Amino acid sequence: MAWKIKNFFGGIFKFFKGKKDIKLGFYGPPNAGKTSLANRICKDFTGEEMGSVSKIPHETRNVQFKEKVEISYKGKKLIFKMVDTPGIATKIDYEDFLKYKVKKKDAKKRAKEATQGVIESIKWLDDMDIVAVVLDASQNPYDQVNITIIGNLAARKIPVLIIANKVDLKKADFKKVEAAFPEYKVIGISARYGKNLDKFYEEVFKLTKKI
Amino acid sequence: MKKKINKIKGFSIQFMPYSEIRGLSSDERIKSILKIVLGNSILLLQGRLKPEEETRLIGDTMAMMGHVKNFRGIELAVVSGNGKEKLFARMRKGIANAIFRGDLGAITIIGPATIVKEIKRNPKKIELFLNG
Repeated sequence: MAWKIKNFFGGIFKFFKGKKDIKLGFYGPPNAGKTSLANRICKDFTGEEMGSVSKIPHETRNVQFKEKVEISYKGKKLIFKMVDTPGIATKIDYEDFLKYKVKKKDAKKRAKEATQGVIESIKWLDDMDIVAVVLDASQNPYDQVNITIIGNLAARKIPVLIIANKVDLKKADFKKVEAAFPEYKVIGISARYGKNLDKFYEEVFKLTKKI
Repeated sequence: MKKKINKIKGFSIQFMPYSEIRGLSSDERIKSILKIVLGNSILLLQGRLKPEEETRLIGDTMAMMGHVKNFRGIELAVVSGNGKEKLFARMRKGIANAIFRGDLGAITIIGPATIVKEIKRNPKKIELFLNG
């Protein structure tokens, strides 16, 4: 009897848990296009963007959220909580920002905020349901930060989709990204031009079945 | 014509066998690694940290920036493979190992960013660039 009651309430709990919004995280190194991709999705489905983008690394220095983003794909609808995270790096030097003509005082402030952003990103890893690891396809995919992020998600059994962004760039090498992560599905997109987003949605919908 | 080589001063390379950290807690492992890196040494650690220890190391180094003079973070890379495969296969296997489990045949390279400018890795080679 007790077992039946437990099962009944367990079923109800599972039912409501299933109705919760799916937390879709955007992780990756700085300047890979996480916010650009999140903006593109939000713009398409809510008409609003999530955050500002810039050529200067570490533009996103706080975790940003967009609640109740209803994504439709081929007649199916799912509601997501989008979580755009600051880029994860192992080092941050304010002098790197000076190259972008940022004033020294602002560069130091940006660096300090960026370090906090990295810490915040790491803290949020545990809370994700699905993660899109966004990489710049024109950069070397073998960077340890990428491996560390994906390794952590694998250890936490969080479904992962790897996004090779900026495939519109001449230097982009989608195959190199694919070869670096043979265990994962890699999608080549251009968040800037909205290229191949259908494939992205298709894979995200597939991943929701693994939650 | 002679090439100009910049002199690099004030650092050492330290090798740490895995046996030195095997019995330690994650806290203690990170502490002992940071002690070496903050002492301006490049650490070659036998084996690799757990994924959560790697992120912990990154988080702790970020928290130290601004509190430790001239500290700008670390450069980190894990090299893995048994030497029997071709280099390309070895690099790919290294990444798979890096993601899924620890690997005693691996070497973890950790250096202060003030000394190690970049660790560049691709399937064909690993290059350690130092700040001149």
